[in-house]
Amino acid sequence: MNPPNPILKVTNLTVKLQNQTLLNNLTFNVNKGTTLAILGPNGAGKTVLFRALLNLLPHTGTIEWLEKTKIGYVPQYVTIADTPITVYEFLTLGNKTHNIKDTLNTVKLTQPDIENKRLGVLSGGQLRRVLIAWALTNNPNVLLLDEPTTGVDMDSEEPIYMLLNDIKKKQKITILLITHNIHIVQEYTDYLLAINKHITYYGPATDIANPLIQQQIHGEPVCVESLRGKP
Amino acid sequence: MFDLTLFCSLFLALSVGAAAGYLGSLMVLEKMALVGDALSHVALPGLALGITFHFNPYLGAFAFLFITAIIIWQIQRTTKISFEALVGAMFTLALALGILMYGNELEALEEALFGDISQVTLVNAGIAAIVCGIAIVLTKIIYDKLVLVMISEDLAVSKGINVAKTNLLYLFLVSVVVAIGIQIVGTLLVGFLVIVPAIAAKNLSTSMKHYALLSAIFGVIAAVLGVLLWNFMGLNLPFPGPMVVFVGIVIFALSLIINWRLKLTT
Repeated sequence: MNPPNPILKVTNLTVKLQNQTLLNNLTFNVNKGTTLAILGPNGAGKTVLFRALLNLLPHTGTIEWLEKTKIGYVPQYVTIADTPITVYEFLTLGNKTHNIKDTLNTVKLTQPDIENKRLGVLSGGQLRRVLIAWALTNNPNVLLLDEPTTGVDMDSEEPIYMLLNDIKKKQKITILLITHNIHIVQEYTDYLLAINKHITYYGPATDIANPLIQQQIHGEPVCVESLRGKP
Repeated sequence: MFDLTLFCSLFLALSVGAAAGYLGSLMVLEKMALVGDALSHVALPGLALGITFHFNPYLGAFAFLFITAIIIWQIQRTTKISFEALVGAMFTLALALGILMYGNELEALEEALFGDISQVTLVNAGIAAIVCGIAIVLTKIIYDKLVLVMISEDLAVSKGINVAKTNLLYLFLVSVVVAIGIQIVGTLLVGFLVIVPAIAAKNLSTSMKHYALLSAIFGVIAAVLGVLLWNFMGLNLPFPGPMVVFVGIVIFALSLIINWRLKLTT
């Protein structure tokens, strides 16, 4: 078994905004090349955690990314309905050096002329793939995906996670993703971080099948101290 | 016979139309169309100060516009009050201040509200063209960043874009162009040049590149054709603003019809 190789170390992370505690004393690691699922009810602080990891929010505690880590981010919501921006134009925003066809092939968007379509006319699944493609344009070694199947019909959800798994293996990328889907956690992720402002569970993703663990996630919080040292 | 004032006015209209159309394309996408309109009225007290203290009133207009924009930007960053609400409050305050400052100078107030191209000279048309050109170039440099901010602020920040500074530069450039545009259409109508060319262009655009270009072209057509029509029709009006608005609305109506036809045929 490979020794732990953390690309991210989070220690005692607390985020407070306007006297409200949004995240309380989170401590966890993410190993290189693994997928961490972040689970929790609405308002649990999942997106806040991502924003803190991207250094977009003031926080206490430490967030240590491995040196030279490049992060690709896919937000849950984007405002594109009213914008006449094409797939090509979007993918070249901020980075004009990469090959658009290759980037689109990576996310399996191979329909002819798709790069000239407006983002607003794409299906939910196509749009999410374009957003993933955008996040990949700078060759990141970590992807942060905030509910990557938002706006996607149920049949198209699984192919997106299969695609992410494929990208992770081929490009040796570490993935952190926010999801509500327990099936996805079991099938496509390695570790699970359940939060509700504090950590309610942190361990192997396969544990989600255990009813006691599910009770732990949805019921009383566990002692954070006892979770330290886990992968 | 060559009419220098008309030539200068057309030159000014061309510069302002292109810059307002181009910058306006972003304002409309940012859902700030009404902000652009209201912001333009903030120039009124600045114009009054210029007239009262005998300095270029358009410098006063720009100073008021930009200072107001900074105040709004700063309040909005530190409170949860919406941008639109702040602009609304500042706009009415500025309008009230402006009317108080003009006092009985009704003719000057009318010029400020509706524009006055009889005062346009070759020098100030030239300066306006250079300033508008610089505003267009600077906006082009930050255009991609502003589009990314509009799509997702988090996405933009994660790419290392300083959202606050980029927005501030954009507000500065809008203030400059609006201050120059006041000469042609006045504070009451200058918002039109920022909004209508852009919404007409949006009806016909299939990409951002076409959209920004069309918006600038429509701005030029509305401003130049408006001034020309005003001149040739010999209307008993001292300002061309209403004709500029009329041409712009015709362009917008045509864009709606073309958009409707295209949708029927696809």
